[in-house]
Amino acid sequence: MSVSEKENVTQAKLTNDMNPERREVLKGLATIPVVGVFFYNLWKKLRIDEIKRKNLLAELITTKDAPAVASSALSGDHLRIGIIGYGGRGQHLVRGAGFATPEWTARASKNAQNNKLDKGFETFMQQNDLNVSLTGVCDLFDVRAEMGLAASQNDIRPGGKPMEGAKKYRHHSELLADENIDAVIIGTPDHWHSRIAIDAARAGKHVYCEKGLTRTFDEAIDLYDAVKETGISFQLGHQNRQVEANEKARQIVQQGLLGPINLVEVTTNRNSPWGAWVWDIHPAANEKNLDWDTFQEPSPKKIKFGDEALARFFRWRCWFDYGTGLSGDLFSHDFDAMNQILDLGIPKYVSASGGIYFFKDGRDVPDVFHATLEYPEKNLTLLYSATLSSNQSRGNLIMGHDATMQLGGESNRGSVAGFIVTADAESTRYRDKLQEGIINPQYPIYSYTPGSKQIDGITSATTRYFANKGLVYTYREGKRVDPTHLHVKDWLDSIRNGTQPSCNIEVALHEAVACHMSTESYLKGRRIKWDANRRKLI
Amino acid sequence: MTNLLKCCFPTTDIKYNQCQLTGLVIMRVLIGWHFLYEGIAKLLNPYWSSAAYLLESKWIFSGLATTIVANPTLLTLVDNINMWGLTLVGLALTIGLAERPAAYTGMVLVLLYYLFMPPFVGYEYSVPTEGSYIVVNKNLIEAAALFVVACFPSGGIIGIDKFFLSKKR
Repeated sequence: MSVSEKENVTQAKLTNDMNPERREVLKGLATIPVVGVFFYNLWKKLRIDEIKRKNLLAELITTKDAPAVASSALSGDHLRIGIIGYGGRGQHLVRGAGFATPEWTARASKNAQNNKLDKGFETFMQQNDLNVSLTGVCDLFDVRAEMGLAASQNDIRPGGKPMEGAKKYRHHSELLADENIDAVIIGTPDHWHSRIAIDAARAGKHVYCEKGLTRTFDEAIDLYDAVKETGISFQLGHQNRQVEANEKARQIVQQGLLGPINLVEVTTNRNSPWGAWVWDIHPAANEKNLDWDTFQEPSPKKIKFGDEALARFFRWRCWFDYGTGLSGDLFSHDFDAMNQILDLGIPKYVSASGGIYFFKDGRDVPDVFHATLEYPEKNLTLLYSATLSSNQSRGNLIMGHDATMQLGGESNRGSVAGFIVTADAESTRYRDKLQEGIINPQYPIYSYTPGSKQIDGITSATTRYFANKGLVYTYREGKRVDPTHLHVKDWLDSIRNGTQPSCNIEVALHEAVACHMSTESYLKGRRIKWDANRRKLI
Repeated sequence: MTNLLKCCFPTTDIKYNQCQLTGLVIMRVLIGWHFLYEGIAKLLNPYWSSAAYLLESKWIFSGLATTIVANPTLLTLVDNINMWGLTLVGLALTIGLAERPAAYTGMVLVLLYYLFMPPFVGYEYSVPTEGSYIVVNKNLIEAAALFVVACFPSGGIIGIDKFFLSKKR
């Protein structure tokens, strides 16, 4: 072997000794490039998502945040309120003001212990102290009046011990005559609404009145005039006004995301005796503790006290003598929600139909009911369809040329759900984005889940699934707020500030006239026209 | 301490042939990638919560799931364990660092997902799934695969664990 050959071998040995080590280092780092590839792909995905989001939302959604769910504590004068009609809904309204019966707080507290997910008690206790006292209770059924008195003194409430307890009144006129009361909540059946509310307005008391506004069209006009003349603060009990989903939906519609809207469809879907107003008749009710004559005083038909009277007292929603059936009871919710979102106003024509097809229990209000409300000046039809014998949840649809908004619906088992917006495959506005594949008409371009404050254009099948469940609303924030509480607070705020609340007498009249036109049409079997100049139904 | 180090950075007497080693590394890296993205996707979504998943829980852990969801502090803790656990396990498996503890942690995580929502006959969930499962689902399979990864480590040969083993030597 020559010298040069020996040198070559030494060199080769050296190289071989180095190579294994280098190779080992490389082996150790072999999968690091995978991380690089991963993050490259992640970056690419985030960039595409961002472009999509910008394309879809940047120019459309000006406010990224949803309205706040919770609100600050109240300041200002202490207000003394009276409740007239302390039945199921009246009790809920008074809880919204911060007063619950001892039975309710005990039951709710026990429910919370038995079921950790039951937040009813926690929600109540976390309500803002509205700086009010419950000083008057009026109910024609003594048992309930006594419950109201107990509620006014129950110190298990937000804000602790009440400042003063309530006094019991047999008749609403006695309660309204008391100077110790600044404002009243009316939770009576509809046939008493207008008389009590007008009397209250004339007595200078502010009014929170449960929906539907009145039992008849004429009463609605009279009440409207009385509120206008006296200048009281008037709130109609559509708590949907405080639901953030509706506010967000309104923003989206106003920004034109849906394009021209020609058809709106709202529904009621219930399938239980409870859902059809077949409620329990209180076992303790009798002629002595229940003032039947006063109850039926404003109703067209008078009957003697007995079993039928008891049924009518506790299930009054089943008769036109006291209410307006599906129209004023459930359609009114959805109508007001749509009025809140779309500024509908009063329709020009209404046709309605239906019948008593399932609950043939002596009621005279229909259990299947449909109404078509025409707004020729707005190029829009609002369609309402209700059944009390199927739970098939149809939700509510605002159908635009460019996109459709699907909302959970207010009257579906009382749940307040979110909504999704899905582009139309034939949309003019989104034509380019549809062609480029930025928008997929199968998936929502916008979804909103209550309480999550999530505003996002990137959605999937799972997002669509969860959009209507509202899980985040309840559990993520750890705090849930009852819209009824916010609605009562909104009213009290307006009293203190000298303004009108969100569901004021103007929009209340829209609701009342739209619902009464529907009822009239059903009862008369023909189309009803609204004469705006003469304020008459033709 | 030595035992812990041995566990974290195991020397293995098992000799793999080229084909076995390739298979093990591919399996480790793919599972790592999956974990990493599951974790990062949750970290990037400020609204993500395990609440919806937990509320669907059935079988032995449904009570525990309810307790977690009902307690915002506990839920936040569980959310963070999930988000960071998935991300860190994913990264560790991908680069082959602390492979065995990462594999076992990952295995426990996916086994918990399985046990909170087992696809047993008679249990129905409203969360959409992309396939059809009866008793065995992809969570269970991934847990089993991670057990294999833990038993047959490859990070000491192809992965960062190699450097710690070298130092020890």
